[in-house]
Amino acid sequence: MAEVVLITGTRKGIGRHLAEHFVRRGAIVAGCSRELPDWELAGYTHHQLDITDETQVRAMCSAIQRRHGRLDVAINNAGIASMNHALLVPSATLTRILATNVVGSFLVCREAAKLMRRHRYGRIINFSTIAVPMRLEGEAIYAASKSAVETLTRVLAKELAAFGITVNAVGPTPIETDLIRSVPAEKIQQIIDSLAIRRLGTFADVANVVDFFVRPESDYITGQVIYLGGGG
Amino acid sequence: MSTQIPTQATLLQLVIDGLRDVLAMSERPVPEVIDTTTSLIGKQAVLDSLALVTLIVDLEQRIEEEYDIALTLADDRAMSQKHSPFRTVGALTAYIEELLGEERGNG
Repeated sequence: MAEVVLITGTRKGIGRHLAEHFVRRGAIVAGCSRELPDWELAGYTHHQLDITDETQVRAMCSAIQRRHGRLDVAINNAGIASMNHALLVPSATLTRILATNVVGSFLVCREAAKLMRRHRYGRIINFSTIAVPMRLEGEAIYAASKSAVETLTRVLAKELAAFGITVNAVGPTPIETDLIRSVPAEKIQQIIDSLAIRRLGTFADVANVVDFFVRPESDYITGQVIYLGGGG
Repeated sequence: MSTQIPTQATLLQLVIDGLRDVLAMSERPVPEVIDTTTSLIGKQAVLDSLALVTLIVDLEQRIEEEYDIALTLADDRAMSQKHSPFRTVGALTAYIEELLGEERGNG
């Protein structure tokens, strides 16, 4: 039976790449974003919604249950960042980042787990960042929101283990996506220079860690955060 | 899917069926009689805390599938009530009936 995979933030970047990756390996993929993507893929269904809206997240998961009767994998990729000196961060930015990265991730974890527990099997993968262990200046709010995601990952790993669900996180290095487009090149170079493996990350690097967490043999791996590039 | 408001007897049966399923999945003994007085929390409870969580989520999903209403049984209001709506099968049934009535009223 094909695995059913939910990926948030699939309109572009890592989310889109992961959607294509899982479709290629024969999965049934559902994805979501606030705006419609400009691409389509056989085996992929898009839900246009805001993951910070509880009612909309619930409706999406109900639709997945009705259509496929199960959910095996949930990947909380949707995230936003804002790079600026803390003294220049307005509270609206703080609220927006926490809402998407923390509230959104939690709501998707919760509703996904409710479906997964029915078959006593599930894989949840959250997204952290190397900005957490590296304590990057200018990323106080973004890194703090991802610290919350890491703690969420570790606590949910305990709470959901009884239902056969593992919860892990991947912490990417900078990757060529819109998320880092506004970050100056020299700042990116500084981050790369402090990694053990000094290069930008790739979509394939992220997919490799996700694949590891998802594979059935990883049923004894939970509550873990894996950083790319030897960061942190 | 039904659009009728379920009767109290129907809801009671829904809760009892849900409880029987959860008990069957857990390794706890199933009492001979399950009725409105069966305790869900406290010393007399037939469930442990994880099984109670499972029952609540099961009931939310069954109600959504049967009646197309997305209820949240364990919200702040339920948790702050002096007499928990999760104390017995009867209390839980009455609480679901109350929430369904509010949903229908709003809808």
